[in-house]
Amino acid sequence: MKAFLILEDGTVFTGQSIGSAREVISEVVFNTSMTGYLEVLTDPSYAGQAVVMTYPLIGNYGICTEDMESERPWPDAYIVRELSRIPSNFRSEETIQNFLLQYDIPGIAGIDTRALTKILREKGTMNGMLTTDENYRMEEVLPRIAAYRTGNVVEKVTCREKYVLDGNGPKVALLDLGAKRNIARSLHKRGCRVTVYPAFTKAEQILADAPDGIMLSNGPGDPKACGDIIQEIKKLYRTDIPIFAICLGHQLMALANGADTYKMKYGHRGGNHPVKDLKTGRVYISSQNHGYVVDTKNLDASVAVPAFTNVNDGTNEGLSYTGKNIFTVQFHPEACPGPQDSDYLFDRFIKMMEVDR
Amino acid sequence: MPKNPDIKKVLVIGSGPIVIGQAAEFDYAGTQACRSLKEEGIEVVLLNSNPATIMTDKDIADRVYIEPLTVEVVEQLILKEQPDSVLPTLGGQAGLNLAMELEERGFLKEHNVRLIGTTSQTIKKAEDRLEFKSTMEKIGEPIAPSMVVENVEDGLAFSNRIGYPVVLRPAYTLGGSGGGIAHNPEELVEILQNGLRLSRVGQVLVERCIAGWKEIEYEVMRDSAGNCITVCNMENIDPVGVHTGDSIVVAPSQTLGDKEYQMLRTSALNIISELNITGGCNVQYALHPTSFEYCVIEVNPRVSRSSALASKATGYPIAKVAAKIALGYTLDEIKNAITGKTYASFEPMLDYCVVKIPRLPFDKFISAKRTLTTQMKATGEVMSICDNFEGALMKAIRSLEQHVDSLLSYDFSQLDEDALLKQLNKVDDRRIWVIAEAIRRGISYERIHEATMIDIWFIDKLAILVEMEQALKTRELTAELLREAKRIEFPDNVIARLTGRSQDEIKKMRYENGIVAAYKMVDTCAAEFEASTPYYYSVFGSENEAVRTSGRKKVLVLGSGPIRIGQGIEFDFCSVHCTWAFSKEGYETIIINNNPETVSTDFDIADKLYFEPLTPEDVENIVNLEKPDGAVVQFGGQTAIKLTESLMKMGVPILGTSAENVDAAEDRELFDEILEKCGIPRPAGHTVFTAEEAKKAANELGYPVLVRPSYVLGGQGMQIAINDEDVDEFIGIINRIAQEHPILVDKYLMGKEIEVDAVCDGTDILIPGIMEHIERAGIHSGDSISVYPARSISAKVKETIEDYTKKLAQSLHVIGLINIQFIACGEEVYVIEVNPRSSRTVPYISKVTGVPIVPLATKVILGAKIRELGYTPGLQPEADYFAIKMPVFSFEKIRGADISLGPEMKSTGECLGIAKTFNEALYKAFLGAGVNLPRHKNMIMTVRDEDKEEAAQIAKRFEALGYNIFATKGTAKALMEADVQVRMTRKIEQESPNILDLILGHKIDLVIDTPSQGVERSHDGFIIRRNAIETGVNVITAIDTAKALVSSLENTDSRKLTLIDIAKI
Repeated sequence: MKAFLILEDGTVFTGQSIGSAREVISEVVFNTSMTGYLEVLTDPSYAGQAVVMTYPLIGNYGICTEDMESERPWPDAYIVRELSRIPSNFRSEETIQNFLLQYDIPGIAGIDTRALTKILREKGTMNGMLTTDENYRMEEVLPRIAAYRTGNVVEKVTCREKYVLDGNGPKVALLDLGAKRNIARSLHKRGCRVTVYPAFTKAEQILADAPDGIMLSNGPGDPKACGDIIQEIKKLYRTDIPIFAICLGHQLMALANGADTYKMKYGHRGGNHPVKDLKTGRVYISSQNHGYVVDTKNLDASVAVPAFTNVNDGTNEGLSYTGKNIFTVQFHPEACPGPQDSDYLFDRFIKMMEVDR
Repeated sequence: MPKNPDIKKVLVIGSGPIVIGQAAEFDYAGTQACRSLKEEGIEVVLLNSNPATIMTDKDIADRVYIEPLTVEVVEQLILKEQPDSVLPTLGGQAGLNLAMELEERGFLKEHNVRLIGTTSQTIKKAEDRLEFKSTMEKIGEPIAPSMVVENVEDGLAFSNRIGYPVVLRPAYTLGGSGGGIAHNPEELVEILQNGLRLSRVGQVLVERCIAGWKEIEYEVMRDSAGNCITVCNMENIDPVGVHTGDSIVVAPSQTLGDKEYQMLRTSALNIISELNITGGCNVQYALHPTSFEYCVIEVNPRVSRSSALASKATGYPIAKVAAKIALGYTLDEIKNAITGKTYASFEPMLDYCVVKIPRLPFDKFISAKRTLTTQMKATGEVMSICDNFEGALMKAIRSLEQHVDSLLSYDFSQLDEDALLKQLNKVDDRRIWVIAEAIRRGISYERIHEATMIDIWFIDKLAILVEMEQALKTRELTAELLREAKRIEFPDNVIARLTGRSQDEIKKMRYENGIVAAYKMVDTCAAEFEASTPYYYSVFGSENEAVRTSGRKKVLVLGSGPIRIGQGIEFDFCSVHCTWAFSKEGYETIIINNNPETVSTDFDIADKLYFEPLTPEDVENIVNLEKPDGAVVQFGGQTAIKLTESLMKMGVPILGTSAENVDAAEDRELFDEILEKCGIPRPAGHTVFTAEEAKKAANELGYPVLVRPSYVLGGQGMQIAINDEDVDEFIGIINRIAQEHPILVDKYLMGKEIEVDAVCDGTDILIPGIMEHIERAGIHSGDSISVYPARSISAKVKETIEDYTKKLAQSLHVIGLINIQFIACGEEVYVIEVNPRSSRTVPYISKVTGVPIVPLATKVILGAKIRELGYTPGLQPEADYFAIKMPVFSFEKIRGADISLGPEMKSTGECLGIAKTFNEALYKAFLGAGVNLPRHKNMIMTVRDEDKEEAAQIAKRFEALGYNIFATKGTAKALMEADVQVRMTRKIEQESPNILDLILGHKIDLVIDTPSQGVERSHDGFIIRRNAIETGVNVITAIDTAKALVSSLENTDSRKLTLIDIAKI
């Protein structure tokens, strides 16, 4: 079946429908990872977005459910050059085709993903519609496409109830803003007892459990849409409990402390972004997935100072909070997909908690 | 960290002659590194024995020494040039080994010279088997159970303990020389003995066989601050068991999930960090196909063949960045040249798929075993890029120039199912064609996988190609089907063949339906950042990114494709210099080539690079887009010449010598007319098509005769026949390869072979120098020792040669380069071959005469006259030194190849010996080729009857040098009669100890074995030569070479060699 991807600027890509045939409007973003399509699909940060994979051959090693970063795929739509006809890997349980169908994710294959990526790079992230209806009317769909807003997606992806991963080490409270599983796993692997809280849990409730450390996770959408959560984070900030935050968590902590965030032209999504640790000068290759970034221009040094920057474009990649046991990063030390180079940050967090304890 | 200010003058050591396992990639890496160093204001001293390289140009380095790569030479050079640093990691294993020896001797420390790039401790940790093992154990990186042995007994005991099969890897060798898999004690003893001998330190690693596991490689960079990145990973389609240089390789990996990918990536970073490497490094892994278990196979602490491939596959200039790191820069300080916006501290992301296929030499070595093992056999490789795997594979196949264009090109349809399954178990260069046939027969993926251990994902991709063949054969050719066939890169001619239409019909149908090639950019970042690098590959069914430029005049330079015997790095030298020369003349330059090992495919050589197959269709697609003002074909060897006719049909003017005149030199009748008109004699000969005609011609001319196909390079298929049976056999061999051109039968003349390269502007000619071959006619010019200036021919002969060259160049209306081979019999001069194009001697003769032939030829092509360019036409004055080009062979790598020399070229590379005296030059040339004598002062002679008289003279001279001479009966008798003290040895078939035991006893320096000509070559001789080569004994198969060798050993003090700076010539 034919499928059409119609961009906000009127560009149309024609390909074959994959997965669900239902029509969807979403924000189109691209990811440059060459492996890890399942981790991308199941990363809750993609909720409210349609993902283009720039690597042309997707689905080669099938679906290994243990690699899922959450219980389901989140993107509104999936856009690829080519899906492998058969998967080949000793762990593969399923084809990506069936996986998309099973979760009712619509997609399109057989389009020039590089041309699409160049449009997004040049004009910036934009909305698009995926449809299998050949008789769409451009003048009718374009206003609808333009009107799309990601909305409050954290609510959609966060866990419904708190749960615990038991361990003998430090007690970590993980605020699930759309957390990838490997955040909890990375802590749990290090012996932590991890309690995962829904995003809208009140600070008081978290603090009542007397955690040794608080972890703010990644998550989808515009950080400024998370006003309520920011209020709770302000309370967490005021305690002396060590806090480590990733991605959306990092942005929310910054917003909670008077910094600003802005939407980037086309974001950072992939596994090859160099970030520099400003203290040591060392450069690490990181996994990234963000469309918004913290603006450090008006950052008060008495509140926080930049800890990491992106070597490519100089944008902020992390903050160290002055006089506090708080550090936050824009990139993803939990990897999955992507390089594990900054995995050591979890050790740093553990050490912080141990010292504090 | 910024540049270290103490580094001002750096010695760069190159990799020496091209041999299997060490090819053009090091010229590419070295050239890039030298340019990178010079960019930083560093004075570069270059040492490399290979004159065909671009790195040994005076434009690339400040001081250039084309001298043998020995410790003594480097020491002398360091004393002479006083560099403050040595950069050893860009010259392959040869350069690295030299640097290690210097360091171990304490020479570097003594003279305050530091090794930059990587320390000797690091090199040792990575290269020494024991140290490597303990280092890996320390950081918990798994390696296959193994033991380093220094004798056969220990090897046997260990193998019995861990169980067969076992893999054997000698320490410090190239391309896995001497390695192999042993399935039983007998095989173990054979391979191990050989390996122990080949290892520089007499060590061989015996390890658990992990054959059949996935073979994965990572290219890693690290700077002195400890920042590391991986440039790319690659997956070998052929699982562990086949040397990665002989495997079909895909980048990035296709069948690894992120978990496997990151597991190995993290491991690679741990390893490079622990080894403390500053620069580039290659880590090879074996990954268990059904678990996360993996083993580190090998680490190369330097740039390598794989890093050249990774550079071209990603656009990340590894050698350039490695050189900057050696100077002290960190990755985040080095700009990414492709984007100009980002830095070297990132990891390239591909949005395409790259396939590399090795170019194996079995078409040259018909008697050799085609089996692929851990011992590399490929002479070169091709790479292709596409947005799907099937297309990349199809493009790579047709880039090979081995008469293959699809999965139908080798026919296994005559095999029954049993035979086919058996064939599937054979690991050779035709394996993907066998798999394709198995798929056609409906053999299941699982069975194919069990037999080959090739991942099912790849088998399915081959199946997609096979299904397309079937569809084209059986279904109606709709636009949709055609579009899909082109998407996976079926060439028009294959579609035409399968659909029963003409190629023109297919092309027309494509154009009518808008099915045309589009070009995408290699930008290192999957389009995330804007890139301006004009490095393109073609795809079908996508938007075109390559913009037709206009303004300047535009020239298309056709490259020379994969490195193979007969067409080596020399043509890349010519292509690159021609490109630079056009650029200087204000032209926009476009290169098309498909060889990832070369300088010409570096993205900053031409204004635009199209990494594409060199077939008429692929070239036409580019021509349609770019509309060049002309194309040059005379610098790209036979690959480019073969495209001449097609280019003319496309309406592209051929710059320089016209196509008709190229034809005239190859077409026997036209050529004869020209010779007659000029009054130039050539050996009598005939043009024939069949064996009958050939025999008739041969008998008319009288044996011996030379039989050869027209339109070939490197004497492919050329043989000396001494009787009718020979003719029958040779014609049979020639006709095995599709033959559209006639066969030539010529009278074989015994005489001095002379060669010239000349530039002609239509009126005047410029001959930089006359080269004379040491071996008499009958041995391919590429395999002969070549001497400049010619020393044994009279002034009159030289005049005749100049005169003939001028007449021929004028009659053929040559504009640009011409190469002519002559035979001088006394004062008579005959022409045996004329090539109106560049030849393999061009780099050599340019360097030793200081006449920049390629730039001159380019200017002439553009209309300049030799007189205007500051040169006096004619033969240039002779130099006051001798420069000798010595062929270098890779026989030890190719099991079963006959090493005796003849009219078919067999050498893979060359080196230079340059000195004031003839003997010293000769000595250096032999030394550069690895003939380092004397050692034990024992030699064996066994010569054919015709050579016995000369052999006796040579034997006497060796005797005077203190040699003990062993000989078999016939030769011994002749030597004794000439009063040579000779020890008779028994023949092979006689009881031990016989000649073979002598050779295997490791006490022999040299075997002089001249085989009789024709088909009836003795089988004994073959066995003697093979055993000698595989035992590391020098073997000489031509009496003239033997004479030269003994001369070189007379009156040469090996400790007092004079070093000559070529840059000053």
